[in-house]
Amino acid sequence: MSLTTQELDEFRKGVRAWFEENKPADPGFLLPLSFMEVGTDEQFYFLRDWQRKVYEAGYLGMAWPKEYGGHGKPQALQDIVTREMIRQKVPFMTNTIGLNWAGPLILNMGSEEQKKAYIPGILSAEDIWCQGFSEPDHGSDLGNAQLKATRDGNEFVLNGSKIWTSLGRHAKYMILLARTKQNTNNKYEGLSFFLIPMRIPGIEVVPIRKLTGEYGFNQTFFTDARISESCLIGKEGEGWQVAMATLAFERGAVGGQAGGHAMMSREVAEVVALAQTAQRAGRPAIEDPTIRDRLVQFIMEERSMMLNSARSKIKALNADRPFSIPMSSKLVGSEYQRRMNQFALSLQGANAAYYVGDDLAYERGQWQRSYFNSFSATIGGGTSEIQHNIIGERVLGLPKS
Amino acid sequence: MLDTNKKLTITFSEEQEQLLDIATSFARDKFPMDKARARIAAAEDFDRAIWSEMASLGWLGIAVPEEFGGSGLGLAEVVTIAEPLGRNLAGTPFVSTTLVAQALLKAGTSAQKQEWLPKICEGAIGALAIVEPHGDWNLAHLEAKATEAGDTLALSGTKTFVTDAASADLAIVSVSLGGKPALVLLDKAALGKAVLERETVIDETRRSYRLKLDGVSVPKANLLDQAATVAALSHVDAAACLLLAAEACGGTSGVIDVIVEYLKTRKQFDRYIGSYQALKHPTVDALLALEAARSHLYYAAGVFGQGEEGEIAMRMAKALSSDAIAFASDRAIQFHGGFGFTYDCDAQLFRRRGVWCEVQHGDAAYHRRKLADLIF
Repeated sequence: MSLTTQELDEFRKGVRAWFEENKPADPGFLLPLSFMEVGTDEQFYFLRDWQRKVYEAGYLGMAWPKEYGGHGKPQALQDIVTREMIRQKVPFMTNTIGLNWAGPLILNMGSEEQKKAYIPGILSAEDIWCQGFSEPDHGSDLGNAQLKATRDGNEFVLNGSKIWTSLGRHAKYMILLARTKQNTNNKYEGLSFFLIPMRIPGIEVVPIRKLTGEYGFNQTFFTDARISESCLIGKEGEGWQVAMATLAFERGAVGGQAGGHAMMSREVAEVVALAQTAQRAGRPAIEDPTIRDRLVQFIMEERSMMLNSARSKIKALNADRPFSIPMSSKLVGSEYQRRMNQFALSLQGANAAYYVGDDLAYERGQWQRSYFNSFSATIGGGTSEIQHNIIGERVLGLPKS
Repeated sequence: MLDTNKKLTITFSEEQEQLLDIATSFARDKFPMDKARARIAAAEDFDRAIWSEMASLGWLGIAVPEEFGGSGLGLAEVVTIAEPLGRNLAGTPFVSTTLVAQALLKAGTSAQKQEWLPKICEGAIGALAIVEPHGDWNLAHLEAKATEAGDTLALSGTKTFVTDAASADLAIVSVSLGGKPALVLLDKAALGKAVLERETVIDETRRSYRLKLDGVSVPKANLLDQAATVAALSHVDAAACLLLAAEACGGTSGVIDVIVEYLKTRKQFDRYIGSYQALKHPTVDALLALEAARSHLYYAAGVFGQGEEGEIAMRMAKALSSDAIAFASDRAIQFHGGFGFTYDCDAQLFRRRGVWCEVQHGDAAYHRRKLADLIF
């Protein structure tokens, strides 16, 4: 089904009007900028209700199949909605893991029962998902995961721990990478992938305090927690392949996400606005030639990401290295955010040394907080350093490090 | 302030796709990298047989309207040829001839257009003489002069970086006339009266000449429309930036291939050097810079000439492609170790090409400065 430009424009108008009318008012407390920063219950319930409202209005999972709660419409419509959500800076869709990688994974390789059981709750935010990949001793080296899933009849018994479980306190389900076989020739062969319930005996979620001083991350401890073998997705022992497919969704290298934005990215326009009010020698900072030069560089970088995404859709302009742009978007975007936030601090003069809580902190200290939080994306989902290895090896064909 | 949230799209036509495909194979066949040094040492400015083929493929008339024998497309299509030529370090008068045609289209009299554009489409070689010994990127900074003397214009002064001038069938020269910029057409006979000195330039794949105009006169009819000259110069400057950006993107891609090949085959301490992250990670950074520059390039190609947005896009493409080729070719030398320090290593060819592309028509910092004034 292909739509005319006129139909798309009409649709965009309707979307724009709906969000203008329905976007939530300032709740009176600082909202998190991504699902990794949801630290309090009031933040969580506010965001969950907002996602449900968007879904019920028909603006989430638009291209997902109708039989599982989606709307079965063209992806182009969902893209318009997502773009409009970003444009209007409405709060992000909090069930991020479900919408962007667990959901697409289940739709892609889950059984009919799994699709029916899990997809509708992902969209409505009724069922929150978290992720059990990293372990305290195994962060970037995901293939070395050691959490044990020991078979006992038609059940598995889980022992070990997972770390950085964002949304863990609110999650009903987890995507879990666990070791079902010890002492395999190759560390990857002993892994299996599960969709597990969180609210069962033997699972304990303990909050971790972040560098910002806030909460949002957790460590999840498993002590003889029993799950059914029906929790497996993919075959036993083929968990690594499933994990790789999941990461491709997470990093945005493969499409199929439910739509909606996953984080409130800082934008260069906000930094320009900051440069217009910040002072240098009694004049607006934006008159300083060195600051102007840096701002132009950030504007070019922000455009690069948009233009890369536009170019990645043109096959002839990606003939040499077809996966270069999709595989590098996470690295490019997260590093850009980190550097831009850092630069925003430097514009604030001596007051950049204030932090959230001080009434002289610029914009309630949001820039300080977002600078610290920007590391969640340069570290999470595979650090920037690991991303460099992956791109070097898979896109350029360089030898393994 | 620029709307940084505006959704940007890249238009890429079927013609562009076909041209890119043909030009990529053409550049690979005609300008293989293992022959680059032989090309540098050749007596001729460039290979005439290859030039004739380029003309017969219609490439010189791509951005020339059909009424003058061209195919009536635009510079966006020319970009798809300049990029692969740049990747293989081709030295041809393709870009200068294209720019000469653009100058004629913008400011040529109808007689000049009727006489020269069809010839260019068929393979006449154009030389562009718009840079001067002071090296200023402001093309309106003119010390070369034209003085009216009856029905003729007496020329004086010196132009620099006039590529392929010794082979040119015509040249377009910028001078000051009555205190204002003017463009003058020199045919083969007039060029014969000027002194042409071969310049020693950093990019040895190019043949560049100094054009000394003292003592040269041309009929007044050789003057282009002076009222349109400022706009024409600015158009030619912008077109040159776009095509240099294309060459630089091509060159960056070419030199990344050189780096990767070496990193995959060279061993030290019993390991392929590409397995060391100290080399792998900057190579990836070179790739990321290329991807960004190339996305800007094809966006700029699509909106070329479209007012302020076209100018912003062109300057961004020039700035980012300059930085991309500078970084990649600089690292290429370093990553080849001792071999990188030799003339035999291909890394230097790309570094030399890179410097040329970076500094002609404004380097990255210059364009960022212009961008700041446009945006803020």
